[in-house]
Amino acid sequence: MADILLIGVGNPYRRDDAVGLLAAREMSRRTTDEMHVVECSGEGTAMMSLLEGRLAAVVVDAVNSGQPAGTIHRLDASDQSIPSDFFNYSTHAFSVAEAIEMMRVLGSLPPHVILIGVEGADFSAGEGLSDVVQDQFDALVEAVEDACASLIDAPTTPS
Amino acid sequence: MPMEAKDSRTIQVDYLARVEGEGALYIKVKDGQVEDAKLNIFEPPRFFEAFLRGRSFREVPDITARICGICPIAYQMGSAQAMETACGVAVNGQLRDLRHLIYCGEWIESHALHVFMLHAPDFMGYQDAITMAKDHPEVVNMGLRLKKAGNEIMNLLGGREIHPINVKVGGFYRLPEISEMEALKAELEWAKEASIKTLQFCAGLDIPDFQRDYELVAMRHPEEYAILSGRIVSNKGIDIAIEDFLEHFEEFHVPQSTSLHAGVKERGPYLVGPMARYNLNFDRLSGEIQELALANGLEETCFNPFKSILIRSVELIHACDTAIAVCDRYLGPGNAYVDVEPVDGEGAGCTEAPRGICWHHYAIGSDGLVKSARIIPPTSQNQPSMELDMRHFVQENLHLPDDELQWQCEQGIRNYDPCISCSCHFLKLNIERS
Repeated sequence: MADILLIGVGNPYRRDDAVGLLAAREMSRRTTDEMHVVECSGEGTAMMSLLEGRLAAVVVDAVNSGQPAGTIHRLDASDQSIPSDFFNYSTHAFSVAEAIEMMRVLGSLPPHVILIGVEGADFSAGEGLSDVVQDQFDALVEAVEDACASLIDAPTTPS
Repeated sequence: MPMEAKDSRTIQVDYLARVEGEGALYIKVKDGQVEDAKLNIFEPPRFFEAFLRGRSFREVPDITARICGICPIAYQMGSAQAMETACGVAVNGQLRDLRHLIYCGEWIESHALHVFMLHAPDFMGYQDAITMAKDHPEVVNMGLRLKKAGNEIMNLLGGREIHPINVKVGGFYRLPEISEMEALKAELEWAKEASIKTLQFCAGLDIPDFQRDYELVAMRHPEEYAILSGRIVSNKGIDIAIEDFLEHFEEFHVPQSTSLHAGVKERGPYLVGPMARYNLNFDRLSGEIQELALANGLEETCFNPFKSILIRSVELIHACDTAIAVCDRYLGPGNAYVDVEPVDGEGAGCTEAPRGICWHHYAIGSDGLVKSARIIPPTSQNQPSMELDMRHFVQENLHLPDDELQWQCEQGIRNYDPCISCSCHFLKLNIERS
């Protein structure tokens, strides 16, 4: 049974960009012994430090990939690369997608990483989710829960 | 980059990558002359100076730390120093030493990130650090471990890596144990060797040939390569106490930026940061570091901003040396702070953030509440200089094809390691009344 790290990513003051943090907080209320929940601003090297040495992780963040707002994405980073503009709503010099791809190149990406994203509608300055993302919040948390559940039985050694 | 009529070219980068924050670049060339060069900063303004008013002076270092995730120490140190000056207190001895140490952590963290992840790909012809890592994993791994050594200082002295919480007006909340400092020193010794290798690696990069006549502004200390304190000096005759900053420098608003620009009064643009520090303080580096610099692509002065990657590497070695010396001198946890009681007064603070001088000024009341706050971050000060660099660089390199010119312009902006998020604290508000 793998220890699972859940990372909620976002900026609490850029509206829908906060959704990853809010989903992580919701999950920390339902946490199990196998799961650790942390929050991350989305700065890439901090993300790499969090993932380093882990076997299984779920990352939840707002997405800005051009799909309709509210669309929920699930990507298995273990077997597909993440487009660099997938989480493009980062103002950091080195972002989440880049951190994951960097770890893949360096051979240090955990064997099991699932990304859950919800397409945001409003990334302007301020607090509070847009209606369309708020309406999808429960579904997002459910997707995160499913992803974590699917990793509980993941092999404990790299495949 | 859109092509226009034969005699007109526009270089437009709508969203600058590998910089902290949100900005764009626009350069217009007509009839062989650069007509316009603008760094467009559209990061939302932050209003820190306004919402600091009315807060307790003791809260300010923790609030200003939130201005930046990359250089929070610059904001903590500048504000703590200003408050201490206002209250007539000096923080010396071991506490000052530990402040120096945490600041070195920030320099190591910030410079390692910039040299390896943000700037080196420009020189090596890679689109980003990931593609560079495919061919040079050992270089990237060294950079990441070096950055982590900086993070470890921040963790130990600051309580955590980002937005540290252990710095207070008067000192710290908790001081480290000797065993913790010993563990840190072991990694710093590796980091020093890695920093020397970093400089040697950067000396082998293909560096564009470009020079300009800059007014360079940095702090200068009687003995140290100034980080924490000193006078503000320039290569064109400025030599002032930090509290006199506003007599010689001014801030002003330009339409293309949510961040104020700055200039030397009646003279104009100036440059702060590694290149300014190096030129004005070469004699304050150790003999060993001076020799390393001179053996690896630098002279005692440098006016090519593309060489800032070499100077950051030199400063990495200096930061490691300084940090190791503090670890060696450490006597164990004593008083973590000196008492600071509020008085009705005002004070300035100024330190060398990784990107250049970061100036603060506060007025507080005897009740300890902040009456006014003013913060002038390095990237604000450097904006006119960045625009001038672009104007001159493009003018001298009009023969280059569009894609190459755009590449080198972006690289030229990254010479400054601009922290756009930090610089935005201003909004011009017009109210029309009828």
